[in-house]
Amino acid sequence: MTEPDDKTLIRGARVLGGEPQDVLLADGTIQEIGRGIEAPGAQVVEAEGRILLPGLVDLHTHLREPGREDSETVLTGTRAAAKGGYTAVHAMANTFPVADTAGVVEQVWRLGKEHGYCDVRPVGAVTVGLEGKQLAELGAMHESAAEVRVFSDDGKCVDDAVIMRRALEYVKAFDGVVAQHAQEPRLTEGAQMNEGTVSAELGLAGWPAVAEESIIARDVLLAAHVGSRVHICHLSTAGSVEIVRWAKSKGWDVTAEVTPHHLLLTDELVRSYDPVYKVNPPLRTEADVMALREALADGTIDCVATDHAPHPHEDKDCEWGAAAMGMVGLETALSVVQHTMVETGLLDWAQVADRMSQRPAAIARLAGHGRPVSPGEPANLVLVDAAYRGRVDPAGFASRSANTPYEGRELPGRVTHTWLRGRATVVDGTLV
Amino acid sequence: MKRHLISAADLTRDDAVLILDTAEEMARFADRPIKKLPTLRGRTIVNLFFEDSTRTRISFEAAAKRLSADVINFSAKGSSVSKGESLKDTALTLEAMGADAVVIRHGESGAPHRLATSGWIGGSVVNAGDGTHEHPTQALLDAFTMRRRLIGEEGAGLDGRRITIVGDILHSRVARSNVHLLSTLGAHVTLVAPPTLLPIGVEGWPCEVSYDLDAVLAKTDAVMMLRVQRERMNAAFFPTEREYARRYGLDGERMARMPEHAIVMHPGPMNRGMEITAQVADSPRCTAVEQVANGVSIRMAVMYLLLGGAEPARPAPAPESGAARRPHVGESRTEENH
Repeated sequence: MTEPDDKTLIRGARVLGGEPQDVLLADGTIQEIGRGIEAPGAQVVEAEGRILLPGLVDLHTHLREPGREDSETVLTGTRAAAKGGYTAVHAMANTFPVADTAGVVEQVWRLGKEHGYCDVRPVGAVTVGLEGKQLAELGAMHESAAEVRVFSDDGKCVDDAVIMRRALEYVKAFDGVVAQHAQEPRLTEGAQMNEGTVSAELGLAGWPAVAEESIIARDVLLAAHVGSRVHICHLSTAGSVEIVRWAKSKGWDVTAEVTPHHLLLTDELVRSYDPVYKVNPPLRTEADVMALREALADGTIDCVATDHAPHPHEDKDCEWGAAAMGMVGLETALSVVQHTMVETGLLDWAQVADRMSQRPAAIARLAGHGRPVSPGEPANLVLVDAAYRGRVDPAGFASRSANTPYEGRELPGRVTHTWLRGRATVVDGTLV
Repeated sequence: MKRHLISAADLTRDDAVLILDTAEEMARFADRPIKKLPTLRGRTIVNLFFEDSTRTRISFEAAAKRLSADVINFSAKGSSVSKGESLKDTALTLEAMGADAVVIRHGESGAPHRLATSGWIGGSVVNAGDGTHEHPTQALLDAFTMRRRLIGEEGAGLDGRRITIVGDILHSRVARSNVHLLSTLGAHVTLVAPPTLLPIGVEGWPCEVSYDLDAVLAKTDAVMMLRVQRERMNAAFFPTEREYARRYGLDGERMARMPEHAIVMHPGPMNRGMEITAQVADSPRCTAVEQVANGVSIRMAVMYLLLGGAEPARPAPAPESGAARRPHVGESRTEENH
């Protein structure tokens, strides 16, 4: 993969799910799209009617480096990203040390660049050490080589209303955005799963929907008050959808993401006490899942973000209460979206491109990604075999961790090729 | 019977009645000069306690010893979660030692379920209380006590009896197990608590809910007073101890409003002056001490049925009686544990 392909001709690809066409890539850009393109000397990929989309962009990835290299590194995480069809990921700040200085974000950014599987855009912490007390040097992180635009204390909520207000205001100076992990901490002390009929039966401390919704309500009001934009991480409840819908109806600059697992899984799975289903925010109810799908379809929720959260085996091979929260997601995200949104008729492939590439790139002000698939645009592309059906086998993951809730589950679709600026990172489903 | 006892919700009415009837047989031996049965000779039962609970542990220990099992007490307090050995490694250790059954008490809801389904061990798992989830043998001994006092007939359930459970339902594994078991046995259960100490979702449980103790007592056959931890006050579940005692505590005056035959139960240890006054606790209507004795019989029955004792429950001195009707327990353990 050190040798850039000179020219690549993708034959018979359904661009954004349209009619089959040929697409010629050269010099890192899309040169030509049409029928019967001849390109002597080009490497030919027979797409045979597979779907061609812009490379996916993830706003929410835990790459774990520095500090938890036992679960993931920038290298393994970006390889997983490439296999999942991603060409850019936003690396969350809850590393050890926390990504709250220019030094740490530059390190992560540089590692991504060196490995070359996927563009890595570090997310900067909003507050020093994610402690919610003092603003981190947001300007320094933005000015750094990593050019941070997205700031988040993800894993923790910026619960102090004054700190949140100041952060929202401060990042306006460089068109940044605060991505809020909406979780009222006092309402979720010791919380283990969604609070409801299942938690009552299982005797697990509940994480009530209102703990998410009350923070989102506060933050959209704060954003409107100070004229800033705010992004809501991993929105998980029907009530949160209503609040975001209302905020958008007011014309406020509010965006939101949903994870693939919240589009598919419910808290009924927790009855197994299998910690592979332990995640934060927790799996909710069927009614929430349906509301989230509908909201992603109608645009209330802007995008899908994986919240890819790798954990070593021992952190899940234990009792529920002792287990870590989180699931890996990069290598299954597109399949879950195909299953929950495309095959249900809620989204077509062009809309999938919007929700998984264009919108997240726009929210992060990320140049060169989430672009239209047209001549002159950067050749960040993914080719998807939508007809494929297979069972999820974590043994085949590129991620260092295997904590997937989908093991053994049949999901549709498979990424066969990923191109990052014209260079293949994945060919025939295999990393290059 | 299944191989494990994790949740009272897993028990059918037939399972539950079988356990209660078997416990009656076990109780008969308790009155004899020699209380020991040879039934589980050569079997190893481990009491794996991640939480302190001397009462529950010695009850299981006494039960296992009366069945002639070898008992190992493994106190693993403090070795869970962040420090020391994981549940998995502890389980693998016990498996290597050849434990036929593991009686587990754990602070995390679901830990016994995890132990039983993870493949870490091959023996039977008995839940001796997990977090705020379940405590099935407590519910069984409560049902046993109620059946003796209110029905007095083997083979029976608790059909039509009105049982009131009062106190910290939210954090109570005893309440959860009792709601499942008592409703399975045909009783009408009413939970009484301040709204703060009832779980969200309780309306889906097979019981009724009331905030008013006085309103339900007159129609109650048995009232079960749960221990309320004083620390709950600091988390604003109720304003003061005194207010709790006034509104939800059982004193002599309230007890007098119950029907003549009604009994007062408490899983122990009691907070005298909080959920129950000394007058009530020491009255003949209070079965707290009887419950402790019944606990041994119930735990003998559970271990006997789960481990499918090779010897009959009764010594059966008269061979022609063939009286050693061994309760049906499914296949033998060797066939079950592959």
